[in-house]
Amino acid sequence: MHRPATWPRRPRNRKFQVTSMATAVLETGERETYLNREYGIKSWLLTVDHKRIALLYLMGITFFFFIGGFFALLIRLELLTPAGDLVQADTYNKLFTMHGQVMVFFFLIPAVPAVLGNFLIPIMIGAKDLAFPRINLLSWYLYIIGGILMVYTILAGGVDTGWTFYTPLSTEFLKTNVTTAALAVFVSGFSSILTGLNFIVTTHRMRAPGMTWNRLPLFVWAHYATSIIQVLGTPVVAIAIVLVALERLFHLGIFNPTLGGDPLLFQHLFWFYSHPAVYIMILPGMGIISEIVCCFSRKRVFGYKAMAIALLGIAVVGFLVWAHHMFVAGISLYAALIFSFLSYFVAVPSAIKVFNWTSTMYKGSISYQTPMLYAFGFIGLFTMGGLTGLFLACLGVDVHVTDTYFVVAHFHYIMVGGMVMAYLGGMHFWWPKISGRLYPEGWGRLAALLVFVGFNLTFFPQFILGYMGMPRRYWDYSHSPEFQILNVLSTAGATILAVGYLLPMIYFLWSMRYGKPAPDNPWNAAGLEWTIPSPPTTFNFEEQPVVTWEAYNYDELDQRREEVPVAH
Amino acid sequence: MANNVDALYIFLLVVSALMSVLIFTMVIFFAVRYRKKAGVRAEQIDGSHALEITWSVIPFCVFMVFFVWGAELYFKERRPPQNSAEVYTVAKQWMWKFEHMEGQREINELHVPVGRDVKMIMTSQDVIHSFYVPAFRIKQDVLPGRYTVAWFHPTKAGTYHLFCAEYCGTMHSGMVGSVVVMEPKDYQAWMGGGGNQPLAVTGEKLFAELGCATCHKTDTQGRGPNLAALFNKPVLLEDGRTVVADENYLRESILQPTAKIVNGFKPVMPTFQGQISDEQLNALVAYVKSLGQQSNAPARNVAAAAPQP
Repeated sequence: MHRPATWPRRPRNRKFQVTSMATAVLETGERETYLNREYGIKSWLLTVDHKRIALLYLMGITFFFFIGGFFALLIRLELLTPAGDLVQADTYNKLFTMHGQVMVFFFLIPAVPAVLGNFLIPIMIGAKDLAFPRINLLSWYLYIIGGILMVYTILAGGVDTGWTFYTPLSTEFLKTNVTTAALAVFVSGFSSILTGLNFIVTTHRMRAPGMTWNRLPLFVWAHYATSIIQVLGTPVVAIAIVLVALERLFHLGIFNPTLGGDPLLFQHLFWFYSHPAVYIMILPGMGIISEIVCCFSRKRVFGYKAMAIALLGIAVVGFLVWAHHMFVAGISLYAALIFSFLSYFVAVPSAIKVFNWTSTMYKGSISYQTPMLYAFGFIGLFTMGGLTGLFLACLGVDVHVTDTYFVVAHFHYIMVGGMVMAYLGGMHFWWPKISGRLYPEGWGRLAALLVFVGFNLTFFPQFILGYMGMPRRYWDYSHSPEFQILNVLSTAGATILAVGYLLPMIYFLWSMRYGKPAPDNPWNAAGLEWTIPSPPTTFNFEEQPVVTWEAYNYDELDQRREEVPVAH
Repeated sequence: MANNVDALYIFLLVVSALMSVLIFTMVIFFAVRYRKKAGVRAEQIDGSHALEITWSVIPFCVFMVFFVWGAELYFKERRPPQNSAEVYTVAKQWMWKFEHMEGQREINELHVPVGRDVKMIMTSQDVIHSFYVPAFRIKQDVLPGRYTVAWFHPTKAGTYHLFCAEYCGTMHSGMVGSVVVMEPKDYQAWMGGGGNQPLAVTGEKLFAELGCATCHKTDTQGRGPNLAALFNKPVLLEDGRTVVADENYLRESILQPTAKIVNGFKPVMPTFQGQISDEQLNALVAYVKSLGQQSNAPARNVAAAAPQP
């Protein structure tokens, strides 16, 4: 390596050496940014700029979010009445399968890392790009190829395995597009692996002088922990899914007992990845919440080291709890005992995080802008999601509530109440940096409120439904009309939630044209990303930043602001 | 059992509610008390190891209470008492087939008497299903290719929902039925009429028809191991391992006789994989088990025994 690791030059972009000397001004009189530096579809599809790739991801992810959301809405409408009267049984099974697969593999897993992580990690550590910009573009193409396969699966009639692909149902009994769905998940998995690899190398090799590990924003720590899981876990599910496809095509007898296979083997392989995948989804969200809570409390995070260690701890121990999805699947009593214990063990670092966020607010100077409202929502809903996880880790209780709506409610509190709240909070927080425009604050707060209310109304009744015994994935519950009232409440909540999700998409798009131009640092927030223009230039920094301050130096920022009053 | 699960559930609920209230109160209190005011700056606090250790150790200890209590309950839920009435269950897309020891067969409806422990010995003909009776707080996945076991102790007469809790294809939500718990005398009346051939007798006949008895003799040692009093006993295998002859061992030894060779015997038994139905297999297993209990009374009427004290 003849290049300095922290500041690689990119020979293909020769223009850079000219434009980076001073802030370039375009012929139109506008300041040059990563958005207007080049135009045309080619400048996007062949870009190696991490910020443009982040926006490419944003488009894909938003598309899949609304596809998955549409399926969810149909599911909720079907469950409005006990009888299966809106769609056919097979259609319903396809709806919940594709809702799960689209949301998990094409929205939740890539959402925060591939959009916000991609955009922010290089800037937060003072680098011009990720370590492997072209691999980053390759990741996006893999994601899109996987996405096209998923869309093909949907259009070709769908798939009804359940997002979990359980064998031998998926390998021997279904006539739907299992193979293409499996391929879609397989291909998009490589996108995830490469992104993780890129982030790990970037965090190790590209940090600016002075940006020590102890000064990394927790957002970067969270992505570092996430990346480890992506790199180590994803190959396992990729193999498991390929084996499903192979058994389906060639009747290999890996999972099918009549051919000498073992159906539980698949569950072990699947959950070995898919439980850690829960942490792939939630850890980046935790990173976002740490940034937001600090900024709107004007404080250094409470217990920085504990927060960073907790992230890594969750990532490592998270690999050792997978069989808690299988307590009634027919595993040995003693295996269940160990997995129950470890599941409680992994809950401790999560508890630390919640307490530390709360303590960060203590003696702060707290304001309630939209991102902070999402952070409040996250802390509340993640707490409830986490605590109900304790019920499921509890062997004696899990036997009753597993595979019921209790589980559905629990993981939606983590995935939607936690991760989607964090994602939206992060999108609002960094939108001025990404787009160079301010979103309308009033609408932002309204949407945050709608999401919170709609979410609770949708999913809280499902806890009760679960304890009453309503199994998940039921199309028709006419044998148990007592479940209807709670299902009606849930469906009502889902419609509010849908409005809450549509609003940000509308006003973000609106703000790109009509929003007020954003200052470089609208929140007076700490972090390198706020020291550069909004939106940033292609190479992020005019000159090599040197970090001489600790993370979350809100004290210094506020002091500086008092000394030099900002003209409004 | 349902009461035990509910007690633990309520305990979890109370502790979780306290934890949530603590956190929510703190968040709301701080948000209001320390809201942004002109001229007031945030006070920087780096953290506190003492506090962090406190809120790691205390939750951990509470979690351990959940863990131990939950594990103890789980062991009770998973271990059927001796002398339970046994019901052989075959699940298939999309129905439940039950066969009592006395030979009564039922579909999607299971009749049991109040006060009797009932052990479900279950297998699936196709995909994974899950036997779930919410009122009894029990659930157990039912797998193809092996037996899984669940048990319950009904205490009150009535009709309870039976659900399939593992997604199993098109009519998953139609794979429902009911468990009818009856007073013992009603149950006897329901059972009455006779005419049913006890399961172990069916098994005994099959045992003869299929020619098993040529090698597996119950008085002397034949070419195959003597099966008398075999059930639940340790078996020494050729490779030096010892396994317990439980239902799954019997099942495997019939379908894949070469998988586990008993020490001192040759692998000469043909496979019965694909030759007999799951119901016939259940009958054979029931017969071999009955040999284990009392060598001269293979057709003992198990389920009709008096309720346990």
